[in-house]
Amino acid sequence: MKTFVCIKYVPDTSEAEVKVNPDGITVDQSRFSFDINDADNYAVEESVLIKEDKGGEVTVLSIGPKQSEVMIRMAMAKGCDQAVRVEDDRIAAHDPLMVARVLAGSIKGQEFDLVLTGCYAADDGHMATGVALAEELGVNHASMVNKVEVLDGKVKVHRELEGGLAEVVEIELPAVLTIQTGGNEPRYAPIRGIRQAQKKELNVVGLDDLGIDPAEVGVDASQVVLEQLYIPEIEAKAEFIEGEPEEKAEKLASILVKGGLL
Amino acid sequence: MGNVLVVAEHRRGELRDISFEMMAVAPRLAADMGGEAVALLLGSGIDDLAKKMAGYGVKVKVVDDPLFENFNAEKYQKALSALLDEQKPAVLMTGHTAQGVDFMPSLAVEKKLPLVTEAIDLLYEDGTLKATRQMYSGKVNATVAFKEAETYLVTIREGALEAPDPAAAGEVEKVDSPLKEDVPYRQFVEYIEAEVGDVDITQSEILVSVGRGLKEDKNLPEIEALAEAIKADIAGSRAATDAGWIPHDRQVGTSGKTVKPKLYIALGISGAFQHIAGMKGAKTVVAVNKDPEAPIFNEADYAIVDDLFKIVPKLTEKLKELKG
Repeated sequence: MKTFVCIKYVPDTSEAEVKVNPDGITVDQSRFSFDINDADNYAVEESVLIKEDKGGEVTVLSIGPKQSEVMIRMAMAKGCDQAVRVEDDRIAAHDPLMVARVLAGSIKGQEFDLVLTGCYAADDGHMATGVALAEELGVNHASMVNKVEVLDGKVKVHRELEGGLAEVVEIELPAVLTIQTGGNEPRYAPIRGIRQAQKKELNVVGLDDLGIDPAEVGVDASQVVLEQLYIPEIEAKAEFIEGEPEEKAEKLASILVKGGLL
Repeated sequence: MGNVLVVAEHRRGELRDISFEMMAVAPRLAADMGGEAVALLLGSGIDDLAKKMAGYGVKVKVVDDPLFENFNAEKYQKALSALLDEQKPAVLMTGHTAQGVDFMPSLAVEKKLPLVTEAIDLLYEDGTLKATRQMYSGKVNATVAFKEAETYLVTIREGALEAPDPAAAGEVEKVDSPLKEDVPYRQFVEYIEAEVGDVDITQSEILVSVGRGLKEDKNLPEIEALAEAIKADIAGSRAATDAGWIPHDRQVGTSGKTVKPKLYIALGISGAFQHIAGMKGAKTVVAVNKDPEAPIFNEADYAIVDDLFKIVPKLTEKLKELKG
C-alpha cells in the first residue's frame, strides 16, 4: 500500500481568547499554541496501522510554515516514511477548494492507493478539503470515516453519521478517506522513532517546484472572498457565580438544593 | 432563473430535521434572487416524504429510482451534476451533514463552482450572495462573499435555523432519474446501529457531563463522587468519548445523543456547536469552565469561571451536607 496522509498545523483555540487583527480578515495568532489538527492525528494513526498491516509506505503532506516541521517529524516518528512540506504565500488558504488543488498538485504523477486526511480542521472547519481533493485527483472517496478495512483492490469503511449510526460502504482503490476522530487510539511516538525521524526525508517545496500555476490557486482563482471576521456577540443569560473557588462551590450547591433543582 | 434548489435529506424512510430547517432561509433567499425555492428528493418509494416536504409551501421535485434507495455520494454527485446543467438554479443548498459534506466539495470541483460550507445565515444584497459561518471553535464569525457564478453551492449547519411551521401545500413533480446506471466503484453495504450501553442518557433526569477539561481518566472518581451525591448519570462531550474516558454511548451532541434532563451540569466542556445541539433541551444548565469565552456559557443558567478541580470536590461535599 502506498499512502499519503495530509495534515495541518492548527492553533488550539479551545481555551484561548481569539482577537481579530485590524485587517479584519485574520486573527492574532501570536499567543496560540499550535499542533497537529486533531482529526489529522487520527489519520496519521490510521495510515501507520495500514502500513503495519499491509506493508508499503506513508508520505506525509502538509501545507504550512517552517514551525510545522515539528509536527511533521512527529508523524514520521510514529512510522510515516517521508514528508513533503509545501510553503507558498500565493495559495488562497481561505478556500478549501484551492488548498485541495495544491494538495492534488503535490500528489499527481505519483502512484498511490490511499490518501488519508482529517475530516475537519479545528481552525476554519470547512470539512471540504479531502472530498474536493478526491475530485481533483479523479479518484473515489468516503468522508467522516472511523473504521477502515483494506480488502483486495478496495476498502470497506464505516462512515460516522448523526446520532452514532454507522454507514458501511465499500469503495474501489485508489481513494481518498477523510478520517473522523475517535476511531483509533493515536500512539505516542517512541524515543527511537523520534531519533529516526530526524534522518527521514523532508522536502520543502513551493508552487513553482510542483509545477502549479500560482494563478490557478490564488485569491483571484478562488470564487469566494473572505470579507470579514468578527467576534460574535455573547448572548449569555447565565448568572455568573463569583468569589473564591470554595465560595463559588458553596453558592452553587445552595442554589441547586434550595432552588429545588435536585 | 434565481431558483434555490434544496436537497432534502432523508434516511431510512424519514426526512431529517435539516430539510425543514433549510426552509427557514431558502424561500426568502429565492424571493430576493428573483426565483422560487424548490426542494429536491432523491430516493426510492418516497411519495409520502415528498408530500410532507411540499407541506412547507415549496415546490418539490422527486426522483424516484431504486438506485437511490440508500445514500451514495457518487450517485448524488452524478444526479446533481446533470440537474445543475439542466435547471441552472442560482443556489444549490444541502445540509452540512454526513451526506452533504460527502458530495458537495467534489461536485463544486467537478462543476468549477464556488462552495461555502456550514453557513449559519445567507443574505443576497446588491447582487452578491454572502454567507455567515463560524471558525475557531465558534469563537469567530466570518462573512464570506461569493464571486459571481452560475450556481452558488452552500451547506447549512444543522440546528442553526428554526424550521418554519408547515404552510399551504406546494406542488409535487416527478422528474426522470438522471442516473442511467449503478456506480460499481462505491457500494452501500449496511447501517450499523450505535452501541447500546448500560445507561440510556436520553432518559436521565440529571446529567453530569465532562469534556476536555477532565484532562485524564484518573480524574474521573471526583466526577463520579459528585454524580453519586446527586443521583446523576455521567455523560461526556466528543473530546471525552474520543479520549476513552467516557463510553461512546454516553456522548452528548450531534454525533451522539440528544438529551433533555431537568439538570445538566457541564464540567470542562467548551460547548462546541455540535455539543450544544445535543443538550439545549435541558431545563437548567450549570457550566463550570476556566475559559470565560467558552460558548457553553451562552447556554448556561448558572456559570462558574474556574478550574473544575477547584470546584467539584467542595461542591460534592456541600451538596451532601445540604441534602443531609
